[in-house]
Amino acid sequence: MAASTSMLTSSSFTFPSQGLRLPTRTHPCMKPQKRFVRKDASNVITATYDLKPPPYPLNALEPHMSRETLEYHWGKHHRTYVENLNKQIVGTDLEGLSLEDIIIVAYNKGDILPAFNNAAQAWNHDFFWESMKPGGGGKPSGDLLDLIERDFGSFERFTEEFRSAAATQFGSGWAWLAYKANRLGVENAVNPWPSENDKKLVIVKSPNAVNPLVWDYFPLLTIDVWEHAYYLDFQNQRADYISMFMEKLVSWEAVNARLEKAKAEAAEREMEEERRKNEEEWKPTDDDDDDDEGLEMYVDSEDDSEAE
Amino acid sequence: MAFRSLALATRKTLTLGLNSTRLTQSRALQTFSLPDLPYDYGALEPAISGEIMQLHHQKHHQTYITNYNKALEQLHEAIQKGDSSTVAKLQSAIKFNGGGHINHSIFWQNLAPIREGGGEPPKGSLGWVIDTNFGSLESLIQKINAEGAALQGSGWVWLGLDKELKKLVIETTANQDPLVTKGPHLVPLLGIDVWEHAYYLQYKNVRPDYLKNIWKVINWKYASGVYEKESA
Repeated sequence: MAASTSMLTSSSFTFPSQGLRLPTRTHPCMKPQKRFVRKDASNVITATYDLKPPPYPLNALEPHMSRETLEYHWGKHHRTYVENLNKQIVGTDLEGLSLEDIIIVAYNKGDILPAFNNAAQAWNHDFFWESMKPGGGGKPSGDLLDLIERDFGSFERFTEEFRSAAATQFGSGWAWLAYKANRLGVENAVNPWPSENDKKLVIVKSPNAVNPLVWDYFPLLTIDVWEHAYYLDFQNQRADYISMFMEKLVSWEAVNARLEKAKAEAAEREMEEERRKNEEEWKPTDDDDDDDEGLEMYVDSEDDSEAE
Repeated sequence: MAFRSLALATRKTLTLGLNSTRLTQSRALQTFSLPDLPYDYGALEPAISGEIMQLHHQKHHQTYITNYNKALEQLHEAIQKGDSSTVAKLQSAIKFNGGGHINHSIFWQNLAPIREGGGEPPKGSLGWVIDTNFGSLESLIQKINAEGAALQGSGWVWLGLDKELKKLVIETTANQDPLVTKGPHLVPLLGIDVWEHAYYLQYKNVRPDYLKNIWKVINWKYASGVYEKESA
């Protein structure tokens, strides 16, 4: 078993707020401006974000999570993030980007720009509603369960660590199960010697609006541990809220679907990285090519017209 | 400093170690306990509900104290054993929970029922320096509320005295960081808790309404007392 596994699955593992190198994700500002458009019911194209409702009625999670909580949490908090985001990006370079792109750009390697909080919280809450379902809870199965058992030892140990992360995220924030494919834990450097063992499940916690997208991980499951998520139903008893979430609400179907998508995207990313590496190896040499500066010095020592 | 004397006033002292000869230098481990509120839970209504005051005091503040005491005991052991890893690991728990105890101890003093002077504007030197630095009390309140409303996540908004620069400052701190983490010369005069637990049951997501109403029960007498003592 890889020695790094224990480090990754430690429940006290929080990430530095340092920046992220994005070797495979083309920085949105470096490619031609792609207009991201959504069509609403009347087929009018708008470049704003909509408040998506949860995939169930607001009372569907009762008695575990009250309708009142959903009315405020989705109807007020989530709605406000979306509305404020739309106002914030009007007339800026962020307008027209996908929500995920706004999050990465505004995270700005940890030096957070104003739109980050609203964008990330809009995304986080969509993800949260979809992480739950009426009659949820229980155990996962198939590939997902296999991976959980491989990376945490057992489903029980996974549950323990997830609950601990959620309970010990001090102040506001989130706890996550994420799929980490060939990213190292230090500033998310790309693993130079990737192997199948480096594609692993990890539990992470994050403060306020931060989410694992900024570390180039694939989020699979989240629990909101901002006080507004549980105060009406549980007051200060965050641990009870977390238990309820695990036992009654988690949608393992959603987690499974996300895992499949994550594996596919990771495979695609791997192929792209291979392709790019091959392109660089076969790049033709050129007089103006910086890589050949060393060669020029030997070949043409009398001619320093190209020297700076 | 004012806030420290408050925390100390609630302290019980236990002496660990079975003998107290000079040779064995056993250090006393102080534990902390929940200070009583100087008013009933319902006395700040309608600005802050009795339900919130009770939960805030008996559950949240008590939990910080319980966890602070636990962390201090673990720290004490780790220091005695020379276990540096554990000493380092405990720092965040001490900051969270110790900070929580410090901040809430100040907060209860910052509030008073209306019939006991809650909401009455500051008189004396603090009133004068507020008018001089901010133009008016209303202007100060507006600035504090703007900072408090804009704070992302959990934290506090403070009116503090910078003892070195001899001026009033408005500051925010994240989570339970005490004001002193923003500057070693900063003394808290007034802190407003903007963690959601401080207002959610009553004001839900509308933090600005909580901030507007809390001024009706702010105890300026306490803030003035601290100001006069610290600026002497």
